[in-house]
Formats: sequence, structure tokens, C-alpha cells
Amino acid sequence: MTRIHVTVDGVAYSDEVEPRTLLVHYLRQSLGKTGTVVGCDTSNCGACTVHLDGVSVKSCNVLAVQADGHEVTTIEGLAEDGQLHPVQQAFHECHALQCGYCTPGMIMQACDVLKDNPDPTEAEIREGLEGNLCRCTGYHNIVKAVQQAAGQMRSASSGSGETADATEAAEVSA
Amino acid sequence: MTITEDAPTAGPEIGKARRRKEDQRLITGRTRWTDNITLPGMLHLAMVRSPFAHATITAIATDEAKASPGVIAVLTGRDLADGQGVVANAWPITTDQVTPTHLPVAVDRVACAGEIVAIVAARSAAEARDAAELVDVDYDELPAVLDLKEAVKDEVLAHPDLGTNTSAVWTLDSAAQGSGTDVEDEIAKAREDGIVLEREFRQQRLIPAFMEPRSTVCDPTGEQMTVWTSTQVPHILRFLVAATTGMPESKIRIIAPDVGGGFGGKLQTTPEEFATIAVARRLGKPCKYTETRSESLLSGHHGRDQWQKLTLSARKDGTVTGLKVELLADLGAYVGVVGGGVPVLGAWMFNSIYKFAAYHFTVRTLLTNKTWVDAYRGAGRPEATFAVERMMDELAAELGRDPLEVREQNWIRHEEFPFTTVAGMTYDSGNYEAATARAKELFGYDALRAEQQRRREAHDPVQLGIGVSTFTEMCGLAPSRILGALNYGAGGWESASIRMLATGKVEVLTGTSPHGQGHETAWSQIVADRLGVPFEDVEVLHGDSQISSKGMDTYGSRSLVVGAEAVVRAADRVIDKARPIAAHLLEASVDDIEFTAGRFGVKGTDKGITMAEVALATWTGHNLPDGVEPSIDADATFDPDNFSFPHGTHLCAVEVDTETGKTTMRSYVCVDDVGTIINPLIVEGQVHGGVVQGIAQALWEGAEFDEQGTLVTGSFVDYTLPTSADTISLVTDHTVSPSTYTALGTKGVGEAGAIASTPAVVNAIVDAVRHLGVSDITMPCTPERVWKAIQVGSAGATEGERGAAAHFDDGAPNQDSPQPSDTTEGGAQ
Ligand code: FES
Ligand code: FES
Repeated sequence: MTRIHVTVDGVAYSDEVEPRTLLVHYLRQSLGKTGTVVGCDTSNCGACTVHLDGVSVKSCNVLAVQADGHEVTTIEGLAEDGQLHPVQQAFHECHALQCGYCTPGMIMQACDVLKDNPDPTEAEIREGLEGNLCRCTGYHNIVKAVQQAAGQMRSASSGSGETADATEAAEVSA
Repeated sequence: MTITEDAPTAGPEIGKARRRKEDQRLITGRTRWTDNITLPGMLHLAMVRSPFAHATITAIATDEAKASPGVIAVLTGRDLADGQGVVANAWPITTDQVTPTHLPVAVDRVACAGEIVAIVAARSAAEARDAAELVDVDYDELPAVLDLKEAVKDEVLAHPDLGTNTSAVWTLDSAAQGSGTDVEDEIAKAREDGIVLEREFRQQRLIPAFMEPRSTVCDPTGEQMTVWTSTQVPHILRFLVAATTGMPESKIRIIAPDVGGGFGGKLQTTPEEFATIAVARRLGKPCKYTETRSESLLSGHHGRDQWQKLTLSARKDGTVTGLKVELLADLGAYVGVVGGGVPVLGAWMFNSIYKFAAYHFTVRTLLTNKTWVDAYRGAGRPEATFAVERMMDELAAELGRDPLEVREQNWIRHEEFPFTTVAGMTYDSGNYEAATARAKELFGYDALRAEQQRRREAHDPVQLGIGVSTFTEMCGLAPSRILGALNYGAGGWESASIRMLATGKVEVLTGTSPHGQGHETAWSQIVADRLGVPFEDVEVLHGDSQISSKGMDTYGSRSLVVGAEAVVRAADRVIDKARPIAAHLLEASVDDIEFTAGRFGVKGTDKGITMAEVALATWTGHNLPDGVEPSIDADATFDPDNFSFPHGTHLCAVEVDTETGKTTMRSYVCVDDVGTIINPLIVEGQVHGGVVQGIAQALWEGAEFDEQGTLVTGSFVDYTLPTSADTISLVTDHTVSPSTYTALGTKGVGEAGAIASTPAVVNAIVDAVRHLGVSDITMPCTPERVWKAIQVGSAGATEGERGAAAHFDDGAPNQDSPQPSDTTEGGAQ
């Protein structure tokens, strides 16, 4: 057993873990952070995506001990002060989820894509989400949601953030 | 934290693009997947599975595993033999169907790789998995039959004790049932003076690959045993656990909590569920089993897997006179809950939207030593649609005419509805002309055809192909009487209850079991309109046999057309029950009471009372008419009279690089007619997801086994689901021909996309390279296969011979011969 110190969704934890424990299992089993899920055993599906020091990682592909001394954000810690993250809001507005199993990973990955590239083209969004599988949506609405969130985050950072046009955009396309 | 909701708008809820109620918890990680459930003292299970496709089990040594850290028990099939139940088939398609006994945990013999032979229960999942490695099983390998066409010969038997690999032969014949002429006559006539096309198509094996791996938690410690499980069919599971283990049904509670996709893959009662229940009961402890993705791909049932032999007869003017369908369908090692019923569901759909004079359908279902096969999105109907839509394109090519024009010549015109087809189904409504016209317009059909012509003439190495699929399907499983006539073991009704709470809130209990379809939202919209209550005041409860005690669950695009019809009827009963109470409170005659927009009013006055006020008055019971019970709650069970028949026109444009065989999708347009739309956002989402699953069958997916019967596409590395980078944005639109069979006019949409899109894509690819001598390409149409088809076509076809049908009579399918490296077909047994 190895002791690790890790901050998850803003809370500091200190735990003994087996060296082979994967980060995703540590999150789910030790911390009860069941919002992050497992979809495969080959690091292909991205369902387990979280942020490690602000960068997206597949938490099934990281050992818990590797997170020692680092900061992890999961889907459960994304909303701030009771306000959904713009990507979460856009997923809702654009109907970018059906069963929702891929959704936590997809949202975390989308945040990462937008952090690197605040104004991505459709192709760049599609490339950026390539490591996250969704069986329900055919990706169409996921791509739309990321585009919408991007627009909203850009206008928010330029000081004119408003949710109204985003909602309207989704309304029109429906 | 709250979602920023769209401002409430006036007007009916039905038709509004309501954002889903389900989303809030799903986008914040506040979910209840079965694997999230942890109970005090819970043990974790790991399965020991057979690596062999067919073998007898000679010995199982468990001592080492039992001594492993954290292990509580190791149980074999023999240990559990009493009371483990049986994995059942609910639909023996013929009375003499051959059905091998399917034990959850094998006792003497395994009939496919992945079958469970022993179970380890340990304090943690990791310890259980470690110990499972230590269980030492001795097998005597038996010959395995892995190829469908080999299985027909009965030389090697999947189950030697059964004496045959044929499970059943099921036939529908238009002459015999009086719904059309004799197909052999039509074919004979066409051979004399018409066109006869003979083709053979392969429906490859697919894996549903829902994103949430299946998981089951069983708590045997209460008075009722409670089972949480990742299933589409909690009610069916409850019945079958009771029926096959001898437990009283009343002692079993099944809960489907949040379920992460199904697509038919969770329309099953599984060995893993039965095994988890058996171990939990044996040990008297809560137990959890969650499969790995590799286990899921190997042991969850697969889909499709047919050889389709087709003979189409037509007059020289392009009028189709007959279609003869002969199928071989692989069931795998066992007959699943629907099993042979899957290809049978396609029997009414090969004639699709067309007016054929004669029709014959035969399916032979076969047992092999591969993973079992059962429902996968569309279940029988995608296979049928693929075959007929490929044939219509072949006919158009033979005639040298536009494929849409040939289809229109043969399809049912909108003024001909209701129309009884050659297969014997009566289609309620539709307008194929309207959907096709709209699709052509959105697609830019004529401009694309012109571009195609230019690129052909210019010998462009990248050729443009245009694919057409005009489909229909049957939704709304199913009228119970028809199911009875087909020997299905249950009814097809659906149940709903509405509870009117004292505070004016409304609880809707539905027997459907959604796992991504958004029933909580759509049912709320329907009830809000029906009862005139706010959308937000409706709470939809489902998926727990103690809450929604009756139901037939969710599959076969049945939930809206059967389940929501039950909801509507329950709502109408609430109104009926509330009416005399309202009259009493308003001191008016019942005959003078009008109910509109949630308010009971007295005709000709402005007196009135709201539904919520009636609910409160009923709850207090202080002032009710004599003899009226203090409840306006109501139940309804709806059994449909017929299926519903959505349809649509899908058009696909692809670019095929003739030098590399690579296909790139350029545009995809679909115009679906699913009847009345409750929520356009949800409908559009269902179409998107279905279309992409169908495209994936055409281009990427295929479950493949090696000669030993090992699944070689056993992980997401090899079983290649489409990614966001593989796919394009789709253009969707709708025409609306309300169903005349349902109160709401809905027709069902869950499977439409997957049914329609596969032939559109393959037709497009073939269309791109037909001038190079290609008339078919086996799915998935990988670059290698497309390239090979071009090589063979260019070498083989001399001008004028291209349209000639490759007859299957000589034993050679009209496609590239599968390579031993990429498939087992033809592999030595
Ligand atoms: S669980 Fe599939 S990538 Fe992590
Ligand atoms: S929403 Fe179901 S897998 Fe993406």
C-alpha cells in the first residue's frame, strides 16, 4: 500500500492505495465519485475522462499513485457555485446525450478541446473527441453542443455572455 | 444547481422541443448505474469463462482460488445446479423448434467461448478477478461448427445430443396464406419474358456495444430479493426468474436503475443475471457482478448474422412481380429470449413499401458454436430492408433507370392507404412521394447526379456514388393476439398508472423501461397536455417492479406507440373519475361539465375548478358525491390492434477512391415519417443515433471469429465503433402522416435510422463503382474489399455483361470471397 495525497473536485484526500489501483477505481470506490464511469478495458472509450491538473486524461489509464500531489477534476466538480459549466449547459440544450453513459467523459474532453482551441472548426471538434465513444447520439448533437459552448464561452470571455442566443439556436435547429 | 430552462411557453406540449428532464443528473454525474451501487457486506463476483468454442468439462479445481486473499467462495455449475434457473427462449417460432437447454453456468459441456463455468465471490472485484485466474478447468475439446453454411450440413453438430443444427424452419408464403400470387409462377413467367435477378447478401454479425457494460447487484437479504440490473426488460426478467428458479414472483423485485444504452443488447435475460442471483442466494449476501468490456463483447448477445438468398422477378417495364427470400440465420450456441423470432420479424418487411404480386419467405435458424445472437436495433427489419433496397437498386441498374424512379413505379401511392401488403400486413398511412420529394430537395439529388456523370466521363479516380433507401418498418410490438398466433410466450400490451397527488403533482408509472430514449420528458409532455397540468408537475417513474409493477418493457420501437397509449388512456380515466367530483363541487350536472386545459368548467358559465383542486378535494374526501371512492388515480393497459408503419427516404452520397478503395461520406439526408412527433429534439436524436449505427454496419463493424471459435474482435481495439472523426453531420427532416391506429398518431422512431441507413450507404458505394463492373461488396465495405471488388470487376466484366446476375446456384456468392484472415466464413472445422 502507498499513501497518496490528492485533491479531487476541490477536496483534499489522503489515502492508502494498492500500487496497481487505477485512478478511476480510486475515484469510484474509495471516494464514491461514481459520476466517472468505466466503459472499456483497453483505454478506447473515454468514458472515464477526468482532468488531471486541468488536462484531460483517461482515468483508467492513470494509476492512483500517479495522481499523488495533483489535482483532479471530475464531472461532479465541473459546475461552479451551482452554475453549470457552459459545456454541460450546451449538452442539455442541444440534446447531446441520450443514455448519458459517455456524457461525463465527453463533457470533460470537450472542455479540454475548447481550452486548447476556443474557436474550433467542426473537423477540429470531431478530431478532438475522437477518443471518446458514444453509441447513442451519432455525435451530431455532441458536435453541435461543443460549437454552441464554444460560442458562449467566447462571448462570455469577451464580456457579453448570454444564454439566450444559445437556447434560441438549439430551438431553431430542433 | 439548476439548468437554465427554456422559458415556459404557452400552447400544447406535444410537438415542443422540450429539453430533457433526464439530463440534469446525467450531465452532473449524479447517476445511478448499477455498478455504482454498493451495499453493506457486498461481495464481488468474477466469472471463469470457457476459452473453447465447444468442449466437455472434465474437472474443475478450485482449491487454489479458494485460498486466494479475500475469496469467500468459488462455485461451479455443478455446485449451483439446483435452482440456478434457465436462460429461456420466449418465442419458439415453430412448435417443433429445437432449443438447447441454456444453463447460466455450464455443468458438463460448453457450447461457445465465453460460457461461464465457475464463479468466484470475493471481498473486492480485483480479488475476485485474481482468484478467477487460479481456477483450473480441464476441458476435452469437441469439434466446433462455426460457419453458417457448414452448419446446414449437420456434419459437425453444435449440440451433438440434439442431432441437428437446424433449430427451426419458418415460412410465409403469399399464395398459401391468400395474400398474393405464387412466387414460383411469377419467377417462371419472368424467366420467359421478363427479368429475374438472383443475389446473395451477407448480413455480417454485429455487436450491440451499448456503452454501459452490463452489471447486476442482487440483495437476497430482505423479504423480497432485490435485483438491480442493467437491462431493458426488468419485468420480463422478473417473470423468467420466477418461472425458472421456482421463486415466487411476489418475492422478486427487479430494478433497472439508470441504464446506459441497450439497442436490443439488453433485451435479454442473461446467464450473468441468473448466476449473480444464484450465488447471492447461496451465500446469503449481496453480490455484484460487473462485466469488463471484453466480457461484454464476447458474452453479451450479438446481432444480425444471416445469409440472404433473394430472387426477384419483374416485368420488362420494371414492375416487380415477385420476391423470394431464403435466409440462413445464425442463432449462435443458444436460442436467446427472442432468438429465432428476430429473423421472423423481418418476414413482413422484405416487401417493404412495394406492391409485389407474390412473396415467399423462408428462414432456417441454425445453431453454431459461437456467441448467441438475438435482437440488435431493428431486429430482423434492417436485414429485410437491406435486402430489398439492394435488390431495387440492382433492378434499376439492370433496367438502366434511376433507382428512385423504379421504386416509385412499384411503391404504394399515398392515396392507396390503408394498404394490405403481399405479406399480409395492413399499413395505416404514409406518403412515400412526399418524403422522397423532400429528401431529393434537401440532398440536391439532380445536381449530384449531374456531377456524378461529369466525374464518370472525366475518369475521376475519386468517383461519386449516390445511395437510396426508401424504407418502412413495423413498430409497436405488439398486438397480443398476433403474438399468440406466432407462438410468442407473452403479450404485447403495455401498462400505465397515474397517481394524482394531493398537492396537484402527478406521478406517472409506466411499464416501459427507458435507457436513453427520454420517456420521462416525452411522457410528461403527453400527460401535461392531456390533464392540463404543467410539464414540470409531472414525474415519470419506471423500471422498478415494486413501483411500475406491470410492464412489457422497452424494445422494438414500442414504448411510444404502445406504452404512451396506455398513459393516454390512464389520463383519460383520471378525467373520467374526476368529472363527477368536479360536478359535485361545482353543484352542476355531470353532463354540463367540460374539461379543457386542466379545468373542469360548467357549460355556459365561467364557473370552474382545476384538476389540482379536484385532486386535493378527492384527497381530503370531505365533500364527495355519494358512492364515489376518494381517488381519481387510474390504471390502463393498452393492447394495440395493429403495428404502426413509419417510413422514410434516406439518401447518401459517398466519394470512393478507386485507387485505394477508401470511402468518404459526403452527405447524408433523411426524411422520416414517424407520424405525430411528441418531441422533435428526441426524435431527431433517435434518428441520428440509428443512422450512425446503420452506417457503421455498412462501413466498419463486424464480429469476427478465428477457426478455433475465438472472437478476434473482442475489444474496442478490434471491434471498431464509429468515432466522432469517422462520422459527419446529418441532415434530417420529417413529413407527418399520423398513424390511424394510435390515439396520439405516433408511429415509433427508435430503430428507423438503423433500419434505413445501411442499404443507403452500400448502394452509394456500389453506385460509385458500378461502371467498373462491381455489383456488390460485402459489408463492412472496408477499403480492402472495395479495392478488391474494383480489381475483380474491372478484370471480369466486359461491357454489356455487367448487369448479369451472378447466380448463386453454382454455389458462388456474388461477392469477394472472404479471406481466412478476416473471417471464419468457410474456415475449416
Ligand atoms: S474506461 Fe474506456 S477509456 Fe477509460
Ligand atoms: S449518450 Fe449513450 S453512449 Fe453517449
